[in-house]
Amino acid sequence: MATLARLQARSAALAQQYYFRNSVVDVFRKKENDAAVKIQSWFRGCQVRAYIRYLNRIATTVQKWWRGYLGRQHCQLIVEITYCAMKMNTYNAMAVRIQRCWRGYRIRKYCFDYVCLKKYLRAVSRTNDSVMEALDEFAEVKEREEREAALQREKKKKDYQARKMHYLLSTKQIPGVYNSPFREEPDPWELRIRQAKPLVCKRPRGQLQRPSSLTSWLGCTSARSFPRSDTLPPISRKQCQGPFRDIAEVLEQRYKPLEPTLRVAEPVNGMKEARAEFRRQEEARNIQDKMFLPFASYHKKEKYIPSVHLSSKCGSSACGCQSFRDENPEKWICGKDFQTVLPSFDLFSTYGKSYSKAGQIL
Amino acid sequence: MSQKHVLQVFEQYQKARTQFVQTVAELATRPKNIETLQNAGVMSLLRPLLLDVVPTIQQTAVLALGRLANYNDDLAEAVVKGDILPQLVYSLAEQNRFYKKAAAFVLRAVGKHSPQLAQAIVDCGALDTLVICLEDFDPGVKEAVAWALGNIARHNAELSQAVVDAGAVPLLILCIQEPEIALKRIAASVLSDISEHSPELAQTVVDAGAIAHLARMILNPNAKLKRQVLSALGQIAKHSVDLAEMVVEAEIFPVVLTCLKDKDEYVKKNASTLIREIAKHTPELSQLIVNTGGVAAIIDCIGSCKGSIRLPGIMMLGYVAAHSENLAMAVIISKGVPQLSVCLSEEPEDHIKAATAWALGQIGRHTPEHARAVAVTNTLPVLLSLYMSAESSEDLQVKSKKAIKNILQKCTYLPALEPFLYDAPPNILKYVVGQFSKVLPHDSKARRLFVTSGGLKKVQEIKAEPGSLLQEYINSINNCYPEEIVRYYSPGYSDTLLQRVDSYQPVIN
Repeated sequence: MATLARLQARSAALAQQYYFRNSVVDVFRKKENDAAVKIQSWFRGCQVRAYIRYLNRIATTVQKWWRGYLGRQHCQLIVEITYCAMKMNTYNAMAVRIQRCWRGYRIRKYCFDYVCLKKYLRAVSRTNDSVMEALDEFAEVKEREEREAALQREKKKKDYQARKMHYLLSTKQIPGVYNSPFREEPDPWELRIRQAKPLVCKRPRGQLQRPSSLTSWLGCTSARSFPRSDTLPPISRKQCQGPFRDIAEVLEQRYKPLEPTLRVAEPVNGMKEARAEFRRQEEARNIQDKMFLPFASYHKKEKYIPSVHLSSKCGSSACGCQSFRDENPEKWICGKDFQTVLPSFDLFSTYGKSYSKAGQIL
Repeated sequence: MSQKHVLQVFEQYQKARTQFVQTVAELATRPKNIETLQNAGVMSLLRPLLLDVVPTIQQTAVLALGRLANYNDDLAEAVVKGDILPQLVYSLAEQNRFYKKAAAFVLRAVGKHSPQLAQAIVDCGALDTLVICLEDFDPGVKEAVAWALGNIARHNAELSQAVVDAGAVPLLILCIQEPEIALKRIAASVLSDISEHSPELAQTVVDAGAIAHLARMILNPNAKLKRQVLSALGQIAKHSVDLAEMVVEAEIFPVVLTCLKDKDEYVKKNASTLIREIAKHTPELSQLIVNTGGVAAIIDCIGSCKGSIRLPGIMMLGYVAAHSENLAMAVIISKGVPQLSVCLSEEPEDHIKAATAWALGQIGRHTPEHARAVAVTNTLPVLLSLYMSAESSEDLQVKSKKAIKNILQKCTYLPALEPFLYDAPPNILKYVVGQFSKVLPHDSKARRLFVTSGGLKKVQEIKAEPGSLLQEYINSINNCYPEEIVRYYSPGYSDTLLQRVDSYQPVIN
């Protein structure tokens, strides 16, 4: 109680003190409170920032690992792709090189073979030369022949002329026109005339055609049996002496035409011939069996059908006359050609045949 | 009156008729009498005489008619209008060979003038009778009949088809095999006329086996026969590759070349035409001709004749050269180019020049080597002058321009190109400068020569629109030279130098 009393005694003082102290403190209260808030906020800020920093660090670590992982994966992919591309480029380059070589080789060998072309052109010019030579020769031969023929014609003409002028030939007594006594040598015509046969003028036609009497029959015989020349003199047979019959009678008997009997004279196939003749007349009477067709339009409709033998279907091949199957023995690697026929199979050759016990063919 | 007196009247009448027809036939041979005869009404007088009782008078009347119809188409038409043809056709089958010959002569004379007249002959059914007469024994009749058929067939394809349908072709081929030259000749010419028109007709002639017989006659010494045979083969070969190959397969090849040496001009011409028709189809056929030495023979033939005889040969060279560069090279080494350039300069006719220019263009267009071969013969200036000349025909100008263009685009032979810089029109100058711009960057000697010969100066003087192809070429030429040289040769350079002299202030100490 005493304490209480003491306390009570002091309470006034205390209250006063309290008030005093409070009033003293009140001056700083706001300031302190602000300061405290500040301190707290600073501290808390630090705390949170540290936490966030911690979190960031953690996140960075996580990201670092993850990105590293992704990057490594991606890198591997890129390397693979690059490697592949590099490989392809190399292969392509190699392929191009091979193709270039091969194509160049092929073209030079088969299409634009310079040596071959030169050879061909040389051959062509050689052929040309020989052909021209042959043609020249041919033309020359032709010309010579023609000249000879012309000479021959000329000679013939002159001979004929000489024969015609044969009467100008000089005789022993009188020199001819071409054999002038004032010149040393006779004219060439003279020599020609000497060689020529005199031309006998033909009898005019009217004379030949005079009515043949019995006396001219003798001439007829020669005409029938022998070739008669124009210059042969006419034969006039005189009446033979002696106890002969009249010559006309004899000749008439001799050249009497054959008089066969009716049976002999008639041909064996007379009936057939008569029929044929009849048919011929029949045919000759109507010239055209067919009606006349206006072909201008008629034949437009008709299609032309070429014959089987003469129209070729295949035509010329695109590769010209070159054959791809010809074999070139120079290019064979081994000595003989590749055999496409396989040797026969032994089992089949024995099939169906009878066997002995030992399995041999009987 | 006694019987004698009566008969005398008839005899007199007959004599008078005979004399009349003979005189008319005689008079009809001279062209100057024909008009008078026509005005005197000879047609109406001759017509009843065709039915005369005396065969001689009939024949002579027909002969006179033929001569009249032969003269011009008016008279031929009068024959057709006078309904004489059916009469003739009817008696053609009946009468003797003299009459047949004369009647065939009339038909031939009528048919030769125009397709309409020939059609009129066909319309009155003459073909069948004529074909029957083609089987006659007498070669004279056959000849006359074949000639008439030929005159009908030559007009157009329809008439030819009519002749073929009448079955004339096999008989004509039989006629070819007869020994008489004249008959052979006419038959060959008819075959030529028939096969001229269409591939089908030619194929019909070939199907009848004509080629073998024709080919056998190439070596015949008769020139006129050779002409017709070669022409027939040419007409067959011209249509298609197949037909040309069949002609070649008849082994005409070394043989036909002898015809190029023939004395007769037309044999040469027809032989060249035949070779041309074969060569134009394919490179293989051309190659065959080259291999048998045909090109050399043709070139020789061109050299030995003049005028239109040359034309087929020239065209043949063009066709061969157009097929491939090797064939063109073969033409060059056969010395074809100098011959062609001779033709180009000495032929007076424009169409031959045009063909020659075309052939040269075909030869020179393949490679620089070909172009050089053409250029060294100095043909380019001739071609240019033909192109520039106002007297040349339009076709010639076009052909020579094309040839120049073809050759220039391949030509790298600068000495031949250089004159073109000075006298070529702009449309050709383009190609010339183009060639220079292609060659000069790679050839130092040529660059030097180009400057010294004044080419560079000329190039600087060319006025070209900026941005055009020509300007590009000029620029690429200028790029081959140092700038000073180019400036030195530019027009007006001396003036600028003088201006610099004027404006220069001398340094005085």
